[in-house]
Amino acid sequence: MKYSGAEIIIRLLERQGITIIPGIPGGANLPLYDALYKSRKIRHILARHEQGAGFIAQGMARSSGRAAVCFATSGPGATNLITAIADAKLDSIPIIAITGQVPTACLGTDAFQEVDTYGLTLPITKHNFLVRSAKELLRVIPEAFTIAESGRPGPVVIDVPKDVQSETIEVPAWPAVGKPCPGKPLDKSILRGMASVINSAKQPLLYIGGGIVHSASRESLCVLAKKNSIPVASTLMGLGGFPPDDPLWLGMLGMHGAAGTNRLLNEADVLLAFGVRFDDRATGNIAKFCPRAKIIHIDIDDAEINKLRPSFRSANADIREALRYLVRFVHADPREQWMRRVQEMKPAVSLSKAGRSRHIHPREYITMVGMLTPADTIITTDVGQHQMWVAQYYPVRESRTFLTSGGLGTMGFGLPAAIGAGLANPGRRVVCFSGDGSLLMNIQELATLADLQSNVTVVVMNNRHLGLVRQQQELFYDRHYIASRFATNPDFCGLARKFGIRSYDLAGKKRPSAILKKALSGKGPCLINIPIDHTENVMPMVPPGAANHEMIGGNEQ
Amino acid sequence: MITKASTIIELTVRNHPGVMSHITGLFSRRGFNLEGILCAQIGGGRQSRMYLLVKRDGRIPQIIKQLQKLCDVVEIVLREDYDHTLFDRMHELVKRKS
Ligand SMILES: Cc1ncc(C[n+]2csc(CCOP(=O)(O)OP(=O)(O)O)c2C)c(N)n1
Repeated sequence: MKYSGAEIIIRLLERQGITIIPGIPGGANLPLYDALYKSRKIRHILARHEQGAGFIAQGMARSSGRAAVCFATSGPGATNLITAIADAKLDSIPIIAITGQVPTACLGTDAFQEVDTYGLTLPITKHNFLVRSAKELLRVIPEAFTIAESGRPGPVVIDVPKDVQSETIEVPAWPAVGKPCPGKPLDKSILRGMASVINSAKQPLLYIGGGIVHSASRESLCVLAKKNSIPVASTLMGLGGFPPDDPLWLGMLGMHGAAGTNRLLNEADVLLAFGVRFDDRATGNIAKFCPRAKIIHIDIDDAEINKLRPSFRSANADIREALRYLVRFVHADPREQWMRRVQEMKPAVSLSKAGRSRHIHPREYITMVGMLTPADTIITTDVGQHQMWVAQYYPVRESRTFLTSGGLGTMGFGLPAAIGAGLANPGRRVVCFSGDGSLLMNIQELATLADLQSNVTVVVMNNRHLGLVRQQQELFYDRHYIASRFATNPDFCGLARKFGIRSYDLAGKKRPSAILKKALSGKGPCLINIPIDHTENVMPMVPPGAANHEMIGGNEQ
Repeated sequence: MITKASTIIELTVRNHPGVMSHITGLFSRRGFNLEGILCAQIGGGRQSRMYLLVKRDGRIPQIIKQLQKLCDVVEIVLREDYDHTLFDRMHELVKRKS
């Protein structure tokens, strides 16, 4: 049979099990859309901005763990995708962006809507391709899935010139579906060595990150922690990797971590760093991070081991595999003394309670949402104070239910990621916590949400400010407030209504929980505007460059 | 003048127009020093061999691990057995022609 390059792409994506593709068409990818027109298996989601399409794909990938695909045209289509791709790189998210490109003959001539997508995406992808013939697609498309999903996941870009999409070739047989490569076999003696370090430790502590979520290790991690009585602190990306109601749970560490947790880290003699990369937001001043601890580091990416902090024992391995053996090799130990110390610090683990004003503290709303939603509810956040409050106070009860832009910290992530999570998980509720600054960065996606009518609730923590910027100016720049207060504040509820979305305003409402309950139980999308006090700060806070235990606001209870 | 303070990383890579950018881009964005490159096709053009002259310091293990992650890199060997004067004499390549 003869197929065009575009038909080959669509057929291979179908064979990969892709059923939903967000994107936006344009001149250079029209052949691809024409092939999509004929597909009965793939549904296209027309986003309103390519960044939205990229984050919708991310929401699908983050909530499912499987690679998701998005489409954009050449030039501005591709450049609009860049932020979502870079974001996926920093948080190790498997997305595959397929971009149209000017015809091969025009490459390098500054043709209309030509941009060097290959060059632009080179430093922000796990790998990228500029495809030069239809035949190459037969190798490149499955390989892209293998690369995106193997080892440490990441984004892949496939740039396809228009003539390659139209080129017709004979396809004698379809290539095998691209699957993640199996990891290399584990060296059990290394794990035995680690276990003996843990067994002889007095005050061990687990420092977990996104690797726990990516490797689906939550259950085995629980077994290990309980068997040997090891308290668990998590990075932003690791939330959902351990049950928040467990006595061993210490919550988040680092810049906005709990005070007691940051102090306990200072006392640990063995630190089990599982699926983490010693990011500065988690470690604070790394030279002063866990100064007494021997580091045991396990990560799927060998380059993370000894990158920033030398380890005492390390394994380049899939955590889930490693845990299978560690759970066996580690002794049961009640660690009564260490557990007493941990519980002693736990009151300090509960975060700063003092609010600044008569206003309801944002924490209260977040806790209410936590109580009103089922455990499998998927939470997305934008970036700013609201993000940190959600990370501190929302009980993330299951893996892959907390989607946040950790590494790149991209405002505008929350709404499209929520749309993607809704698409990949029909029937489940999705709540996007956003700020009045962040939401406006991708507000156009409310139109996509209105198209889809999915159960996405957008909660706007409205402080009329770029709150986290204002906070830093207050604390570190002598209250020189510049460019952190908005001169005007739009009517978010009115906006939502004009997009065709239900909305609720909590301004001046006596019983917010009743309204929240109604909003969170109804069908279809809705938006809730919650006015909050702009002087409220996220506490505690480790000043940039300081050690974790030198946090400010860590003593207020 | 290049001395034994440097060493050579020998790379075998898939040969295509973007591969050089992948390698040099990694060095520039991670702030690794790259003091010299020699590169040529091998095996009928399907692969290239690259010799990267780098400073011999504590970052070499990290450089190698990062290079290993590049999908186009087929093989990496750290070569101590090289004639470092070759990089010094690169200008002869041009002189001989003229
Ligand atoms: C795209 C982007 N631009 C700028 C920033 C820097 N930044 C970090 S937090 C923040 C303020 C966010 O304001 P808002 O969304 O209203 O949330 P709040 O902090 O008020 O809760 C800014 C500007 C960013 N993270 N992302």
